[in-house]
Amino acid sequence: MSQPHTGSHETHDAHGSLKSYIIGFALSIILTIIPLVAVMNHMLSKTGTIVLILFMAVLQFGVQLFFFMHVKEGENARWNIMALIFGLVILLTIVAGSIWIMTYNQVAH
Amino acid sequence: MAHAATQGGHHAHDHEHDHESLKTFGFWIFLITDCILFGSLFATYMVLHQNTNGGPTPEELFKMPGIIAETFILLTSSFTSGLAVLGMHKGNMKQLIGWLAVTVLLGASFVGLELMEFINMVNHEGATISTSAFLSAFYALVGTHGLHVSVGLIWMVGLMLQLKRRGITAVTKRKVAVISLYWHFLDVVWIFVFTVVYLMGVM
Repeated sequence: MSQPHTGSHETHDAHGSLKSYIIGFALSIILTIIPLVAVMNHMLSKTGTIVLILFMAVLQFGVQLFFFMHVKEGENARWNIMALIFGLVILLTIVAGSIWIMTYNQVAH
Repeated sequence: MAHAATQGGHHAHDHEHDHESLKTFGFWIFLITDCILFGSLFATYMVLHQNTNGGPTPEELFKMPGIIAETFILLTSSFTSGLAVLGMHKGNMKQLIGWLAVTVLLGASFVGLELMEFINMVNHEGATISTSAFLSAFYALVGTHGLHVSVGLIWMVGLMLQLKRRGITAVTKRKVAVISLYWHFLDVVWIFVFTVVYLMGVM
């Protein structure tokens, strides 16, 4: 079944296992169904729902990052994480800054 | 580099290895800049999404069954691209190509569903990109994601052809790892599109 290839030595630590992929997949399905059910059945108040679904999306991001993209593994892990944090800081500044300035500064007219 | 040079014996191998892992790191940097691009589009959408200019509103436009199908198709394709990488690290060419092919099929059905959704919106609801600020922001954000997925599909098919020709080498290994990162990243972006655009739109 498996055809060993020259130069493809096994380094499983840096690439995850079938088990971790299946766990990641199951978690991502669950984290999609929870917000879906909450929204379709109007289970919570408006603010409650927004907080819940955004929280689920962030968790889902984490699942993809750790189970599928292996940010913490491999030799460049520290650099990956530093670049990621830097990117997220800029991202939050853009998104939160835009919303804040467009929502609250309209009274200036 | 200096470190690799002092190692002596595995000189050439280490050097090549350094190079490949540096390229993967470079791809991480690209993904982060892409993240910022999508962040700007999300910010634009969130600022403009209430400005419907008398045109159709999100509640009227979005048909959830199609969106839910798209979401699960993309989640599954993220998983299958992971399985392809697993197959590759086992040196199993059949598994690698097979799971890449499944990923391409799932990705193509995602793009197909999205196109059908757009065509329906334009034909039946008259919701074009110039109808309202909300729709301009919507098509820009969701369209950019769809374009990324389409580019990923072409890339993946090209890579499959190269794998057939060259087999699993250090270079093709890095390429598969990189496209798999790209695919997981697109899945992450879709999750936020799903949450911020569709779920919040029909709330």
